[in-house]
Amino acid sequence: MISKKSHGFIFSKNIDSFLEGIYNAYQFIIRFFKEVFQPPFHIREVINQCYEVGLKSLALISLTGFIVGIVFTKQSRPSLEDFGAASWLPSLIGIAIVKALGPLVTALICAGKVGSSIGAELGSMKVTEQIEAMEVSAINPFKYLIVTRVMATTITIPILALYCSFVGLFGSFLNVHAAESTSLIHFYQEAFKTITFLDIFSSIAKSIVFGFTIGLVGCYKGFHATKGTFGVGKAANEAVVLAMFLVFLEEIIIVQLANWIRFF
Amino acid sequence: MENKNLHSTLDHEPVILIKNLYKSFGELDVLKGIDFTLLKGENIAVLGKSGSGKSVLIKILVGLLKADQGEITVLGKRVDQISAKELDELRLHIGFSFQQSALYDSMTVFQNLAFPLTMNIKNLSTKEINSAVDEALDAVGLKEKRDHMPSELSGGQRKRIGIARTLILKPQIMLYDEPTSGLDPITSAEINSLILDVQKKYNTSSVIITHDLTCAKTTSNKIAMLLDGKFLQTGKFDEVFTSEETQIKSFYNYNFIQ
Repeated sequence: MISKKSHGFIFSKNIDSFLEGIYNAYQFIIRFFKEVFQPPFHIREVINQCYEVGLKSLALISLTGFIVGIVFTKQSRPSLEDFGAASWLPSLIGIAIVKALGPLVTALICAGKVGSSIGAELGSMKVTEQIEAMEVSAINPFKYLIVTRVMATTITIPILALYCSFVGLFGSFLNVHAAESTSLIHFYQEAFKTITFLDIFSSIAKSIVFGFTIGLVGCYKGFHATKGTFGVGKAANEAVVLAMFLVFLEEIIIVQLANWIRFF
Repeated sequence: MENKNLHSTLDHEPVILIKNLYKSFGELDVLKGIDFTLLKGENIAVLGKSGSGKSVLIKILVGLLKADQGEITVLGKRVDQISAKELDELRLHIGFSFQQSALYDSMTVFQNLAFPLTMNIKNLSTKEINSAVDEALDAVGLKEKRDHMPSELSGGQRKRIGIARTLILKPQIMLYDEPTSGLDPITSAEINSLILDVQKKYNTSSVIITHDLTCAKTTSNKIAMLLDGKFLQTGKFDEVFTSEETQIKSFYNYNFIQ
């Protein structure tokens, strides 16, 4: 006789499914941390995924970082000039790009490009039974697909964020150079004058958290995709929306934490 | 009447033994107390309507789904009681051919076949991998498709490559999920013939999930009719389909009218 049979809901259908989602996500994260330290490590697949995440996002991040640098400098100049503080422009840009814009812009681009791609890829593997095919071949799909992708985004996105900051600063330099003929070395010296080790550390730490979040959300949504091709599109879409929301939330929390640490 | 096409190494050692199996999804009871035995060297076709739980049955056998209740013994191991590691070891002896073939889209045919091999057997040389892949591709007659992507293959070829991928680990049991669904009669006949060749060459025992009576008749020693969550009748093809039971008769008539 079947003992387990569910009738009705504890709260309501939506609340129950929301709570179930949180529980499943919690289990997913716990499983990740259990599996990430156990062999086999699939190093080759991690490198392959780093290539997918990193090299293929490079062009878009270069372009966006460069444009952000130019536009931010152009927009900030008039306000600073009004106060007679145009010479502070490199410092302002340095703080803004290294501390906030570089990691945030990179995370948002990766949430859109990488998060959706992971969600769609794993989602389509799920609905076409490719993940089950791995399981029946005695291959752990969680380890091979999820752990490798989350590791790749966690490693690659901080590197991309640093790269984005440098490209953004270079874009800003071109604008400053056009107006004031400042040399590249002098511009970078000025830009980094007010940036402390804690700023760079919190910027990298933030990008690591963003990378982990983007990878994990994309994998979670893809791995739990259902309902055929509709489910694949939904997984990709939800991966982007949720990753972006969490990135903003984490940005606020980490900035607050960094400020507390600075205070102490 | 005995199926003459089948390789006859049948003995009385059960490779799959299921007792009192129940499975439900929410409020939908799919399997309601199933008993099932597959002997070594035997091919059993499980027939039934779509949604009758045929695929659920074989997914439970490889641990992809968990039974609510019942004893499931495969190659002497209790699937419902063994650890994840033991289950993986058991899975190496079971080949599972998926309904939609489930080939890895991002890999070539060669990589699809080499993947389970390299992931499960360490320190294989390139020569050994190549030779194992070639042998499996040869068994399904598609050696020339070695470097193709799955998207470049026809439905029948995808099924064959899916079967080849399971053969690479030389399984003792083959589970076929709708091997001929979506295929034209000629390609279906080729797949049926491949199932028999696999049994002969690899000495496998098979469970064939299908609603194609020609496939069932050609490839199996026994038929098991799954209706309303229970096996309504089990036996040789002629025994089952001479039954006066209404649902079996209508299943038979519909297939032949079609």
